[in-house]
Amino acid sequence: MATAKGKGAAAAPKKAVRKVRILVGKPGLDGHDRGAKIIARALRDAGVEVIYTGLHQTPEMIVSAAAQEDVDGIGLSILSGAHNYLFPRIIRLLREKKMGDVVLFGGGIIPDEDIPKLVKKGVDRVFTPGTPIQEIVDYVNGRIQPRK
Amino acid sequence: MYDRKKLAGIAARRKKWQDEELAPTLRKSPQRLERFSTVSDEEIGLLYTADPLSNFDYDEDLGNPGQYPYTRGVQPTMYRGRLWTMRQFAGFGSAEDTNARFKFLLSQGQTGLSTAFHFPTLMGYDSDSPRAKGEVGMCGVAVDSLKDMEILFDGIPLDKVGGTIQNDILKEYIAQHSWIFPPEPSMRIITDILSYCSDNVPRWNTISISGYHIREAGSTAIQELAFTIADGIAYVQAGIDAGIPVDRFAPRLSYFFNAHMDFFEEIAKYRAARRMWARIMRERFHAKDENSWKLRFHTQTAGCTLTAQQPMNNVVRVALQALSGVLGGTQSLHTNSMDETLALPTEQAVTVALRTQQIIAEESGVANTIDPLGGSFFVEQLTNEMEEKAMEYVRKIDEMGGMVKAIKQGYPQREVADAAFHFQRLVDAGKKRIVGVNAYLSPEETPIPLLKIDERVERQQVARTREVRRRRDAKKAKACLAALKEGSLAPNVNLMPLLVDAARGYVTLGEMCDTLRETMGVYTDPAMF
Repeated sequence: MATAKGKGAAAAPKKAVRKVRILVGKPGLDGHDRGAKIIARALRDAGVEVIYTGLHQTPEMIVSAAAQEDVDGIGLSILSGAHNYLFPRIIRLLREKKMGDVVLFGGGIIPDEDIPKLVKKGVDRVFTPGTPIQEIVDYVNGRIQPRK
Repeated sequence: MYDRKKLAGIAARRKKWQDEELAPTLRKSPQRLERFSTVSDEEIGLLYTADPLSNFDYDEDLGNPGQYPYTRGVQPTMYRGRLWTMRQFAGFGSAEDTNARFKFLLSQGQTGLSTAFHFPTLMGYDSDSPRAKGEVGMCGVAVDSLKDMEILFDGIPLDKVGGTIQNDILKEYIAQHSWIFPPEPSMRIITDILSYCSDNVPRWNTISISGYHIREAGSTAIQELAFTIADGIAYVQAGIDAGIPVDRFAPRLSYFFNAHMDFFEEIAKYRAARRMWARIMRERFHAKDENSWKLRFHTQTAGCTLTAQQPMNNVVRVALQALSGVLGGTQSLHTNSMDETLALPTEQAVTVALRTQQIIAEESGVANTIDPLGGSFFVEQLTNEMEEKAMEYVRKIDEMGGMVKAIKQGYPQREVADAAFHFQRLVDAGKKRIVGVNAYLSPEETPIPLLKIDERVERQQVARTREVRRRRDAKKAKACLAALKEGSLAPNVNLMPLLVDAARGYVTLGEMCDTLRETMGVYTDPAMF
């Protein structure tokens, strides 16, 4: 797992407003990480603290990394067609860990007709191919706050 | 190649034209863009003329088709003798589903087959592994055991075809990321395959050294070319180091390139690739057999250029890309289907993709002569630049100690990620325009029909694999796995006969890979971004 913490960010005094912390995750067995890496880099450049899980993560691995890193949001990149299994599974695991307030968003190859179903199950936002990066950065900045 | 006196005259007249005609025109009406560049962001000039090619030597730099350095093509007749092989990469759902698709494609005039396996197979997990949940049959066909292979190729005349395995692990670490073991044991499996196949299946193509995935991950054309050739160098060196004479295995190596959107850049890339490989094989590895010098390659149009917006436009993109592959002298071609940014292709979409190749072959006339763009000032200069810039990368990787070491340092991975990010920034800034994405948007999209993978595929596949395990000779399966484990611990044992025995005994892929994971270890993503 790669982190992009600023120097001393982890030890920052509690009262200071800390940066938003996002986990960029690649669940499933596919190796398409071009999008995930671009988003991770763009969010980092925009001042977000980004933790990237790397490839081939199980839902359990992603939720455990999210808990360990105490993230405010999780962005999943899924191009394997397994989104209808992976998103709901991760939402269930987050709720089991009392982390239901972590904002879950994602993107990849996800047919339009599946998006309302995913949103209904608790995915905050699904980005489709061709979305400008700035739109995703703006979404994260506008929607996601440090938890608690 | 050109008369020096004449060249000097041409250069002088060009200078005069620039000063007296071009400059005043540009003052009156500037060009559309401040800077013209390829999709890889390499700058392109306004006009190409003969003078920069003054040192160009027809025999040394081009040669005739089928002759060293093969810039114009690897065969003396090229497509006048035989068209390229039309080979659509296909696989989805169960072995039965994919077998039916294979037969459909062959009935439509396809001339080769290529199997897309689902991700659990690529990663060495059986369909009933918890790691496979949700992925069975989704991005390719589910294959767990020999039983699935028997169904997959049922009724297909395998005796009439040769074959290729992709087997290019280095590009997995760089780009595609379907890895299992760390680099060193993976390279051992590859040299075991080279040695086994040269003795037992001499017509089999043992590696398809692939730039395709490097490009899809976001590299430039030069990086695709350079890293792929550097991977090729690593395999040849590994074969030699394992004691196999170079001319015994090099003729069975083949290449696989991407056909991206920038038409001439791609053509130059294929031409440069042939020349580079010929020179490397003859001068660096001292191969004597001409077949070791020839770079034969498969081409696939660029999946990453397809847009989800206005998907019908993808048919046109694919046609242009396919044409670049043909003008670049490819030996086989896969054309993507218009719906592939959204799902695996429907039968209708894949038929249009195959027909695109057939129209290029039968109607366009481009297959009537060899290397029709050879001698174009622009194409030759671009080919030269492509070779020079790719060779700079190759030298740099040599200095790092070769590709395996460069990968361990994360060098090619970083270069590709940087290029991908740079391109995305250009698109977001509107400096690279993509129809339907950041230019010429349609207010309303017309949806196209998509292929759905039935959820039953997973249940049925899990049941079949469990049935295979129940019905096989349990004692034999156990013995095969024990032999495999022992062999993997002995570096001088060739693993291939042990793997073939295990497969024949209906040991599953997951069981074989689990055994090897125990002794060889696993590779995990360094997760750089």
